[in-house]
Amino acid sequence: MTTHWTIDGVKEALSAKKISARELATDFYERIEARNVELNAYLALSPERAYAQADRIDSLVAAGKPLPALAGVPVALKDVLSTRGITTTCGSKILEHYVPPYDATAVTRLEDAGAVILGKTNCDEFAMGSSNENSAYGPVKNPAALDRVPGGSSGGSAAVVAAGLAVASLGTDTGGSIRQPGALCGIPAMMGSYGRVSRYGLIAFASSLDRIGPFANRVKDVARILQTIAGRDANDSTSATAPVPTYTDEIQRSVKGLRMGIPRDYFGEGMDSGVRDKVEKGIELLKRLGCQPVDIRMPHTDYAIATYYIIATAEASSNLARYDGVRYGLRVDDPTLIGMYRKTRGAGFGAEVKRRIVLGTYVLSAGYYDAYYIKGQKVRALIAQDLRDAFTKVDAIVTPTSPVAAFKLGERTSDPLQMYLADIYTVTGSLAGVPGISVPCGKICGELPVGLQLFGPPFGESRILQLAHAFEQAGGGSL
Amino acid sequence: MRVAELAYLDLSETELETYRAQVDEILEYIGKLNELDTANVLPMAQVLTDEQTADATLRDDVVIPCSTAAEILKQAPDPEPPFFRVPKVIER
Repeated sequence: MTTHWTIDGVKEALSAKKISARELATDFYERIEARNVELNAYLALSPERAYAQADRIDSLVAAGKPLPALAGVPVALKDVLSTRGITTTCGSKILEHYVPPYDATAVTRLEDAGAVILGKTNCDEFAMGSSNENSAYGPVKNPAALDRVPGGSSGGSAAVVAAGLAVASLGTDTGGSIRQPGALCGIPAMMGSYGRVSRYGLIAFASSLDRIGPFANRVKDVARILQTIAGRDANDSTSATAPVPTYTDEIQRSVKGLRMGIPRDYFGEGMDSGVRDKVEKGIELLKRLGCQPVDIRMPHTDYAIATYYIIATAEASSNLARYDGVRYGLRVDDPTLIGMYRKTRGAGFGAEVKRRIVLGTYVLSAGYYDAYYIKGQKVRALIAQDLRDAFTKVDAIVTPTSPVAAFKLGERTSDPLQMYLADIYTVTGSLAGVPGISVPCGKICGELPVGLQLFGPPFGESRILQLAHAFEQAGGGSL
Repeated sequence: MRVAELAYLDLSETELETYRAQVDEILEYIGKLNELDTANVLPMAQVLTDEQTADATLRDDVVIPCSTAAEILKQAPDPEPPFFRVPKVIER
């Protein structure tokens, strides 16, 4: 049986009755059984729900009825997405036994399109981290090299697709958490513009930054998944009303003549020489495809991480205030209410989450609010302006996704600031709300994947999907 | 740490020590924002404008029943339907 199915491949095989949806789901569960202990990528499996859906699809096939767009496609969901009846832990002990009473909109849309939900994937706790080492349930291993991290925070969602344990998956991206694990695991990974996909049912980390997006084995499948989950949702007042194009049609358009902005500030020190080599080859490939390179400057890039870690932690400290042991999740008893709050949160949250809550509370506290939080929002405006200015001169911006390829487990856990600085290429796009995709761009030492990142203008998903698709089809992944 | 109190976080002595040093380092790094003159810049709290997210029409003001109360209470650490029981709130 094929190791790496594509969405089209599944549809063809089902329509031709070469395989049933149930057989396909069974095959994936067998693969998961064989590899999950080693990878630790899935936290929970949902065979009841999966097989019920598979049987529904098989009935449609038997009755000769038309199949929905993602019929029978086995997918995995990051464990910050609410799934009714399936535990949703956010990689935390504080939600160890939490079972949501509703589905996230993105989940509903996938299922309505016929997707088969295999299970929930491991992630950094409350989506805070860049290596999936902050999960309360152990780290995820990179399928490309088992002693190395898959990236984070959506490490599990990236790993399952890279290892053939799902055909596609959903992750979330706040500062780079879809793009960076995609790069480190060697698969295409995308976040649409802020507001492109409804956040209803996404357990919040930073509400003005969080986005849901797909991982898959090829760009066309990423486009297909995004198309399915994107679009206005009455349940999310921050979801955009902009219409959703047919991305799978749009990606076929020629990229000849597109202007690609190359921010030289991004190519300074701090980038691994192997990564630099691959990314520069990637830019050469884009030139051969007819893209024109344009040097651009994004003068406030230097301040992006500082800005991100003020805004994201401030919003996180507010969003995580709800975990108090009252209505759901862990409760540690105490004779007083305040005591219960303190003990519950002290026991239930891991170190990185506590660190960020402390930082966020500080920057919002009386006397510091203007100096830190308001200042951060002002610099955010400047960074967003940098990107707006750039997009008056170019059609897309090309950068490395990560300054390094997958590092070893434990290598960066003792210095939080070092870990934060690795987000340098991804956070600018996060702060400005623009869409971003990471596409595979070769491997270092034959085994460590490198990612090329493309930013587009707001709601310019079609354009970066076009570029990523052309890049992939021209052999970008084997540079 | 006063901040840990504000955030209702019980931290051990070791945690306090570790976080204090790490948070100090991060705050120092964050201080570089002061290099920028932002006197005439408006703070950006949201990236989308009202136009980009507003529906042209509002739905009718009718009550749509939501019957998940029982399912929600099943998740509670100490439910007494229809209430969540908690330790005494008002101290005498």
